[in-house]
Amino acid sequence: MATSSFISSQPSFHIPIPKQNKPSTKIMAVKTGMTMTEKIFARASERTKLSPGENVWVNVDVLMTHDVCGPGVIGVFKKEFGDDAKVWDREKVVIIPDHYIFTSDERANRNVDIIRDFSNEQNIKYFYDITDRSNFKANPDYKGVCHIALAQEGHCRPGEILVGTDSHTCTAGAFGQFATGIGNTDAGFVLGTGKLLLKVPPTLRFVLDGEMPDYLLAKDLILQIIGEISVSGATYKAMEFVGTTIESLSMEERMTLCNMAIEAGGKNGIVPADATTFKYLEGKTSLSHEPVYSDAQAGYVAEYRIDVTKLEPLVAKPNSPDNRGLARECKDVKLDRVYIGSCTGGKTEDFLAAARVLLASGDKVKVPTYIVPATQKVWMDLYTLPVPGSGGKTCSQIFEQAGCNSPNSPSCGACMGGPLDTYARMNEPQASLLVNY
Amino acid sequence: MAATASLPNPTTFSSSSLTRRHHRQPSPSTTTFTPTKQPSSFKPLISLSPTLIRHASVIPYVTNPTSSSSSPSSSPPATSFHGHCYVVRDNIDTDQIIPAEYLTLVPSKPDEYKKLGSYALIGLPESYTTRFIEPGQYSTKYPIIIAGDNFGCGSSREHAPVALGAAGVVAVVAESYARIFFRNSVATGEIYPLESEVRVCDECRTGDVVTIELGESRLVNHTTGKEYKLKPIGDAGPVIEAGGIFAYARKAGMIPA
Repeated sequence: MATSSFISSQPSFHIPIPKQNKPSTKIMAVKTGMTMTEKIFARASERTKLSPGENVWVNVDVLMTHDVCGPGVIGVFKKEFGDDAKVWDREKVVIIPDHYIFTSDERANRNVDIIRDFSNEQNIKYFYDITDRSNFKANPDYKGVCHIALAQEGHCRPGEILVGTDSHTCTAGAFGQFATGIGNTDAGFVLGTGKLLLKVPPTLRFVLDGEMPDYLLAKDLILQIIGEISVSGATYKAMEFVGTTIESLSMEERMTLCNMAIEAGGKNGIVPADATTFKYLEGKTSLSHEPVYSDAQAGYVAEYRIDVTKLEPLVAKPNSPDNRGLARECKDVKLDRVYIGSCTGGKTEDFLAAARVLLASGDKVKVPTYIVPATQKVWMDLYTLPVPGSGGKTCSQIFEQAGCNSPNSPSCGACMGGPLDTYARMNEPQASLLVNY
Repeated sequence: MAATASLPNPTTFSSSSLTRRHHRQPSPSTTTFTPTKQPSSFKPLISLSPTLIRHASVIPYVTNPTSSSSSPSSSPPATSFHGHCYVVRDNIDTDQIIPAEYLTLVPSKPDEYKKLGSYALIGLPESYTTRFIEPGQYSTKYPIIIAGDNFGCGSSREHAPVALGAAGVVAVVAESYARIFFRNSVATGEIYPLESEVRVCDECRTGDVVTIELGESRLVNHTTGKEYKLKPIGDAGPVIEAGGIFAYARKAGMIPA
């Protein structure tokens, strides 16, 4: 679908150079440096120094939960701390219904009621409620997909620790913080104490350099990496993304990158905060924050160097995120539908990119194409932002002209499956191109 | 009227856990965190001592655990698990363990906990011709799962180890685990996550009768006559030994007892 011709060459992906930790036999040994992830752990556990492999109790800055896991978290919390227990800090808990929202499934609807009752009981400051399922716009507090809402509402801040009951909580690492997914029991523990026992992860370093070609997105970069190291390549490790390309990426593109750290098994993804980060945060948060940066002499498990100018658009073929394939080699695969949405691929910039492709093609879509914006704000952007190079058209206009289905209510939608009546859910085997993962 | 999360008789719930959590009276106090020591004086983790684990001995054909009426703290410590094993391959993800459509079930509600068990591993592809749980049943014939690499990858859903535990799984022997799944297994105490030194999944078949000797870190396949060394449990040992993250935190003085 892209209009540019590609450089037909092998992607440049250096053989990883394992970086040994600095030997302790150095003469006049200077304090060994720490990676930014290690520094965040040190600060959060009130230590001056620590090393990968250590287990520490960290202070949590933000705990996020949603409608699927929230009720279970609340159950654990009440069982372990008592029915009358109070959360450790009503301003550090963010409760975001987003997964199974627009459905008639009674248990799913009940689960939103459960998190609402708890939020009221605990006077939770940030509960993005939805009560009128028939019209998402009638709910002024409702946001949509939790990871995008966390960013848009200013809950992601450099140097902090954010945990959430969702695997893609690692998305927030784009803001130079440690962010990872946890289960109900761990979250119930955090809810009562504000602390969590975590093992300090060693870091894999990914250095991406070169000017980003206009036919690539961050999604291609992370698929390249996952395809290289496999779905367990980053297990128990931090994935640190640096380099000139990374510095040129927008916050949403950095979020896409970090979002899929979990698809490589990663504990967290992380991008150093810079001017782009601080500009994004302007006006979104009033809380002070202090970014951290990896020391020059920090130790890494391995370092991978990528020249992005040598990469091509990629897809992850069934049935694994590491089943990497060149998009052009899959052009004859027959699809039954296309779904554009989710925390990975449903942000404003993702839709702008999709709109530009459709505009350049000028054709109508050949299969049902579903548009599910991640949040209310993204939905608004589809209808208001002009698409560059389109002469003032909005995404929604371009999608309509191309024959896509109208943008639907913001939520996780069919990405995770969910109740059987979820919009765009595949209820029988089909070939679908998911512009998420 | 919205249903609130209520917990009738926690004993019923916890009796199905692998590691017995002591039934606690709800504390009327607030949850102010009162650390008794600095985080930096974290005790060095000790290696696992299986005699301190409070498990019931597992018998073949584990019956529905929630029907057990024994109080958690009176179960004798166990050092071995025994029963038929169910063998799966690499990269068994959480959607295969418990498909997303069942996640409206809340694990902390006993009746929904039981239902979750009935759906354990229902997402496996059709190439797995032997079902993990027979249709209409709530528990499995296979208390031990043998797996390849990266078991439990994908989502952070705690429903995954919970569904396995609710179905009657007592232990998994995998070549390796995905991080969040392993953590959830340890925090909940639902299943015992063990690692093998070699690809045991290539040498065992579903239905083989196996024994796991925890103290000796050994897996015995009685059907083939082969034995395998298991890796020591590592840092997770003290947490499992204590009975999950809450019990461990109470023991360590991180939260009030």
